[in-house]
Amino acid sequence: MSDRLADWTKGEQAITYQACSSCGHVQYFHRDFCAACGIKGPRVARASGKGKVYATSLVCRAATPGTRAHVPYNILLVDCAEGFRMMAHGDNDLVIGDEVIVGFKPFAGKLVPFFVKIQEGDPSFGGGRETEPGTGILGLAC
Amino acid sequence: MSFVTGVGLTPFGKHEGSSSLDLMSKAAQLALDDAGLKRTEIDGILCGYSTVSPHIMLATVFAEHFGIRPSYAHAVQVGGATGFAMTMLAHHLVVSGVCRNVLVVAGENRLTGQSRDASIQALAQVGHPDYEVPLGPTIPAYYGLVASRYMHEYGVTEQDLAEFAVLMRAHASTHPGAQFHDPITVADVMGSKPVAMPLKLLDCCPVSDGGAAFVISRERTGEAGVRIRGCAQAHTHQHVTAAPALGELGAEISIARAREATGLAISDVRYAAIYDSFTITLAMLLEDLGLAQRGEASARARSGHFSRDGALPLNTHGGLLSYGHCGVGGAMAHLVEAHLQMTGRAAARQVRDASIALLHGDGGVLSSHVSMFLERVR
Repeated sequence: MSDRLADWTKGEQAITYQACSSCGHVQYFHRDFCAACGIKGPRVARASGKGKVYATSLVCRAATPGTRAHVPYNILLVDCAEGFRMMAHGDNDLVIGDEVIVGFKPFAGKLVPFFVKIQEGDPSFGGGRETEPGTGILGLAC
Repeated sequence: MSFVTGVGLTPFGKHEGSSSLDLMSKAAQLALDDAGLKRTEIDGILCGYSTVSPHIMLATVFAEHFGIRPSYAHAVQVGGATGFAMTMLAHHLVVSGVCRNVLVVAGENRLTGQSRDASIQALAQVGHPDYEVPLGPTIPAYYGLVASRYMHEYGVTEQDLAEFAVLMRAHASTHPGAQFHDPITVADVMGSKPVAMPLKLLDCCPVSDGGAAFVISRERTGEAGVRIRGCAQAHTHQHVTAAPALGELGAEISIARAREATGLAISDVRYAAIYDSFTITLAMLLEDLGLAQRGEASARARSGHFSRDGALPLNTHGGLLSYGHCGVGGAMAHLVEAHLQMTGRAAARQVRDASIALLHGDGGVLSSHVSMFLERVR
């Protein structure tokens, strides 16, 4: 598809989601139909990359050599501003309720979304930004 | 009506040199012997899956190996809920007249048949292949996410969760077949290695070898009868990213349906057999099912409410957390123990009254749920 929007699942620095033009349902897992009403061809849109932390789990034991090199890493569920929830990585000191914005970091051979806290009063966050690898606070619990 | 006419359970832990089929066969023979039935009297077979030895037709592989030619057979796959989902299906097959005696069986050499990393990696694949698995989550991480949110919303602490690891270990210490017998304390749980915070090693069930089986029959075969009063399921999602909000999860839906199907109330329950893959799983399910108020399950555990001598004995064999978890057979051990309790055969673990039992299984990340009521009949 030539008019495809960039997306992190394809190795690009962006998050996309789908919105149904018929019922308004918003979905993160892409399909060629709306999972709520079944109408074909939901609209694909690029997300702002802003959201709020819904849940966190700092992974201290990984299962593959590729992921073990990154331990500990913080897995998040983030409620994104556009109304969908996604799984991502983020700084190790993030807590539930934190307002966050996405960047992207290499992880086990892929580029993955990595959220950091939005600093209060910082107007510079207009979209995604690239974070330096290895800036997360390590060793909080492991 | 349908009855659980026989149960079989191997010890869990290491069964060096045993294949999944070996463990299934051992458990199946025990269940047949317990029911007093011969192979030729079994006309239905339902089996789970083996991550060590995957097969597209495991039920017929087992039937041929064990020496049964059933008129109905297939495998069932709903993760940790598989054992009770098979029991529910067997109940309906028997009640509808399709089968007379259904053998429900599962077994897996999950501990010695593959590396622990291979187990963890295989199980992590329940995550979404594009949107979750590339992030390196593990099953404990999926449940760690749920735990963090549950603790946030209901004020539950890591110490609270640890109570369930302590309780399951205390129960396992009285069962010779359990994988772990040494007593542990809340401090031991808190001090155990972090796995996927807030979950630590002792918040997680182990990987085990083992097998479990039972026979579901149209007619009773023994003196003491255990009848399946009714059951129900609920499936709200597969991936934790797509899970509904806390308080809207499948356990609440399936228990409401099971209560409606049976006319029973939670206050009727005398024995509880609840899925406990992690301490958070058990704490949440107890509260979702109404066996404790929100945020109060651990206080009840601490006060002895769920102990063998308590008001509502829970997983008296030690559960997945300490009897062990061999895959599908793991939760089936809960039903085996409930049956032993209901028929007065639980030896040193025997509770005063197990006349009505509530069983609940969970598969995936609180994705698939089966609630079931068993009733002792004389």
